[in-house]
Amino acid sequence: MGLLNRLDNPYNISPGIVLGTMEDLLNWGRARSDWYLQFGLACCAIEFMALNASHYDLMRFGCIPRTSPRQADFIIISGTVTLKMAERIKRLYEQMAEPKYVLAMGSCSICGGPYWKEGYHVLKGVDRIIPVDVYVPGCPPRPEAFFDGMIKLQEKINKQKIFEKRARVAQEDAKNGNIGNIHLPHGWEEVK
Amino acid sequence: MSETKTFEIDFGKVYSERMRLNVGPQHPSTHGVLRLEVELEGEVVTEIVPHIGYLHRCFEKHAENVTYPQVIPYIDRMDYISSMNNEFPYVLGMEKLLGIEVPEKVQYIRVICAELNRIANHQIAIATFGLDSGAFTPFLYYFRDREMIITLFEKLSGGRLLYNYFWIGGLMHDVHPTFAEDCLEIVKQVRKTNDEALDLLMYNKIFVERTANIGILPADVAINYGCSGPVLRGSGVPYDLRKVEPYSIYDKFDFDVVVGKGEMGTLGDCWDRNIVRVREIYESCKIIEQAIEQMPKEPCDVRQAVPKRIKPPVGEFYCRAENPKGELGFYIISDGSPKPTRVRARATSFVNLSVLPEISKGYMIADLIMILGSLDIVLGEIDR
Repeated sequence: MGLLNRLDNPYNISPGIVLGTMEDLLNWGRARSDWYLQFGLACCAIEFMALNASHYDLMRFGCIPRTSPRQADFIIISGTVTLKMAERIKRLYEQMAEPKYVLAMGSCSICGGPYWKEGYHVLKGVDRIIPVDVYVPGCPPRPEAFFDGMIKLQEKINKQKIFEKRARVAQEDAKNGNIGNIHLPHGWEEVK
Repeated sequence: MSETKTFEIDFGKVYSERMRLNVGPQHPSTHGVLRLEVELEGEVVTEIVPHIGYLHRCFEKHAENVTYPQVIPYIDRMDYISSMNNEFPYVLGMEKLLGIEVPEKVQYIRVICAELNRIANHQIAIATFGLDSGAFTPFLYYFRDREMIITLFEKLSGGRLLYNYFWIGGLMHDVHPTFAEDCLEIVKQVRKTNDEALDLLMYNKIFVERTANIGILPADVAINYGCSGPVLRGSGVPYDLRKVEPYSIYDKFDFDVVVGKGEMGTLGDCWDRNIVRVREIYESCKIIEQAIEQMPKEPCDVRQAVPKRIKPPVGEFYCRAENPKGELGFYIISDGSPKPTRVRARATSFVNLSVLPEISKGYMIADLIMILGSLDIVLGEIDR
């Protein structure tokens, strides 16, 4: 996984040289310096604090806490999302700059958790308001489970396509029959 | 609001504008999802309105719809830092109502677990208070030790944070064979780190400057607002339910009630509230050591008194215990069915937070964060 692992490839031209695309390089950088929004909601935030502290040390993933959503790459929904908090979370997500990712931590943010049945003030899953990339189940999840989710997120970032996004989206839309929403830049069709 | 005003504070004349500032709900120092509406004169806080309800998880609604033992997991999630202590008053009250006599060993295990969790809670409180004032190192030291306590709880109950370990009439499981040695090892390590933290944090000149004479809470104000726990004891009132109204087997142990003395500044300031927590860790260590010494060694069936069917008589009662944050009580109304009619929690943090507008007026905005940190609130308990 990753760009630097190709150094171990026996078919490489010479040691110390990695052949790859620009996309590989950018994804490698993005996956290994994910800065997260320092933002706790409920019980999972305490487990998340333990994750940041001495025993588990999240910083080895390249994760640095940022207190402003404008500097963050991904947001961790760590706990129960209530209806009152849901608008704020949506606004925080909208304030983040692209590319942005969402990691739903704990059963509460996945589906409402123990509060799914009678919780009249609990949002049953944060994916109803923002798109979630990785789900980490548990109540609260163990730090090891969170690490697994973090590795899954890195894998996802490694595979993502960066360039020609508009053309790609337009093609998908044409396939799905909802063209017209995306305005292609002038002369784009000729280039393709 | 652009109302220019001149006023004098102790370092000279300041021209300032009145403004309203919104702190939270997403703010690293509000310890959760608390929103504070602050009115400022320059940098001086003149008015403060806490807005709560961002973590209202419908505790009472759930308690109406589940049976008595099923309420315990929801109680765990109220004050999620000290789950063992949360279960204590509920379980004790239910046992008193049903007339259950639990085995002696169960009592001892409960006290040890509650005191260990009290240590864990105070460690988080002191560590995050240090973070608020800019001290990062004690946070790392305290969390290293807290991990030992969490590992022990995981051996007991299977959960790292939310345990559901205390059952009505007993415990979930008996302790593992090396429980006593594990506890003594933890106590040894906790004492060592606490000694380090006293030097690193509490008697640090920078920390004393930040916290002494800040957020002074006089004893009468604390009593009038109904504060309890370290917030009340920091003001010099020796009120601890473990001493005043000994529940479970707390009358068998020899420990002191720690009160603030105003060593660094005025009685009842932020520093006093925090030193009470640091010294209570030593007292908890004392209780754990005594409990392990007195605990019956032979194994016993910890579930022998657990009732098969819980159907308390019609009535209502209040049961309370000393949580790390103060007095936690449950008012339970029973109509004779297996489900409670109502479980109302007297949340410690909610009462302790209510004193914030009173004590933070006239301080700088940076001090407001320290005052909030010294109250040690948990939003899960405030909003429930």
